[in-house]
Amino acid sequence: MIKISDPRKLLNISYQTRALIIKMLSAAGSGHTGGSLGLADIFTCLYFNELNHNPENPVWPDRDRVILSIGHVAPVFYATLSQAGYFDKSELFTLRKLGSRLQGHPGMDWGLPGIETSSGSLGQGLSIATGMAIVAKKSLPDIRVFSIHGDGELQEGQIWEAAMAAVHYNLDNITAIVDLNGVQIDGPTSAVMQLNPLSEKWRAFGWNVINCDGHDIPGILAAFRKARLCSGKPSVILAETIMGKGVKTIENDHRWHGRAPSPAEAIEFLCQIDEIYRIELAKIKTVNDV
Amino acid sequence: MMFNNRGNRSTREGFGEGLLEAGRMNPNVFALGADITVSTGVNLFAGAFPENFISLGIAEQNCAGVAAGMALMGKIPVFTTYAVFSAIRATDQVRISICYNNLHVMIGGAHAGISVGPDGATHQALEDIAVMRCLPNMTVISPCDATQAAILTRKAILEEKGPVYLRFGREAVADFTPPELETQIGKAQMLQPGNHLTLIATGHMVWEALKAAEILSLKGINARVINMHTIKPIDADAILEAAKETRLIISIEEHQVTGGLGSAIAEVLVGNCPVRMERIGIPDCFGESGKPEELLDKYGLTADKIARKAESIFRAKQISS
Repeated sequence: MIKISDPRKLLNISYQTRALIIKMLSAAGSGHTGGSLGLADIFTCLYFNELNHNPENPVWPDRDRVILSIGHVAPVFYATLSQAGYFDKSELFTLRKLGSRLQGHPGMDWGLPGIETSSGSLGQGLSIATGMAIVAKKSLPDIRVFSIHGDGELQEGQIWEAAMAAVHYNLDNITAIVDLNGVQIDGPTSAVMQLNPLSEKWRAFGWNVINCDGHDIPGILAAFRKARLCSGKPSVILAETIMGKGVKTIENDHRWHGRAPSPAEAIEFLCQIDEIYRIELAKIKTVNDV
Repeated sequence: MMFNNRGNRSTREGFGEGLLEAGRMNPNVFALGADITVSTGVNLFAGAFPENFISLGIAEQNCAGVAAGMALMGKIPVFTTYAVFSAIRATDQVRISICYNNLHVMIGGAHAGISVGPDGATHQALEDIAVMRCLPNMTVISPCDATQAAILTRKAILEEKGPVYLRFGREAVADFTPPELETQIGKAQMLQPGNHLTLIATGHMVWEALKAAEILSLKGINARVINMHTIKPIDADAILEAAKETRLIISIEEHQVTGGLGSAIAEVLVGNCPVRMERIGIPDCFGESGKPEELLDKYGLTADKIARKAESIFRAKQISS
């Protein structure tokens, strides 16, 4: 797939994805809005710049693998896959409906192209990525495995079992991405079960730790590049994001972790997304001018 | 009896041999270890194919997930540790990462049953069949001796498609099935014909059932003995045939009487041919330390106790009818 490097084009895709997330969640009537909006920039950079993949041949053996460990942000995953051409965007509106390939949490058996594994029970994705990367090291040295996690998810012990194993086998073909939005269902992560010092934890396990702003597109691309260039150990990108990014009125509000907008709210949110897109686009122009 | 004990061997030895053989036949077979490779029989494979052995430490949840990842890349992973850990501690990982993805992963459950002995309750898997049996896509196997463990392990790895759970024991027990005995996953084996009652056993209990049938025959009771080495999918035809022809079914297992072989048989009978049935197993309690033979005796899982119980049920049934 052709890789897009222009940050303004990537930002445009990212905000289109946000609009799709709002529309599909509103049609579904339930689902996870906050985390999905917060991950739109990272997903866009991953699928439109970093990843080696082919939406026309989703099971191409040499493709990079993406493991969505946090299955509840399925809307951003599905919206990005449809934007990349894996399936028609109209199918997004079947989300969470009976018989849909777009299950509430990704289910591989349902046959949606682009899904590498089922997920939804937190903490399992890094182990799957580790298994894939062990095999890739032996027989497919060019492919890379990306796993996507939430910060609250790091409270699961299995994550740290896998973190140990990935270092034990020198799996530098793994890039884990942590969506550091500081919010989980019950409230701020710092109050529910604090994770700090997080960079030090990963470093102590032997990982290459890369910090970035999860909404700064050039910064995200740079973080992926750093991970790609690191050899001998796996990389983790700790990406600071804002839950609900793009809809000012719900940003960082933990009540929007697992809520979908009503049709009226959706209209309002789409206006906000449009407005914030213009502001963010102007910022990128300024950066480029300097 | 039609069978002879060729000498005591453990089903874990058989499992280790079957795994080794599968490795020889298919280079895509990988064994995943969670530290206890010698006591699970995985060391044979690890020694022969070090490149295909992945040590993952005492981290069963991760093991199950790594197995899923390897299967998604086209390999055939065999994840083995004590059954209390592979089948029960890592249940959610087995459920979502392996079964929901319908991946061909073999899960080995070592040290299954009360005959684990002195280690006590924590290490005696008595619920693994129940837990594994209710997971969609899963096949559940429980071989009766070392020879059969080797055959079924090889077949499960090389011929099956989805997830397979195979449990095996620690103790050396009678190795009696002839290697040429036809053994198919999902197909029960009638090891002894009989028309008065049917003993349906699994794992180590099959040999006890055969010996119990011998005791019963001296008392004029012809007991049919069925080896139910595959608990899921269960051979409903063999059960219904036995129910119609003998009208009394007794299940025997080194497992809780709830959820295991007995429950699986009862599920078949209740809708099709409800006959008198008795379940012999662990009566909804935790195990304890002791010598294997002491524990089997205490919980009524020896040939002698099985025969006594079967006789009393049979006589009572005769009087009432």
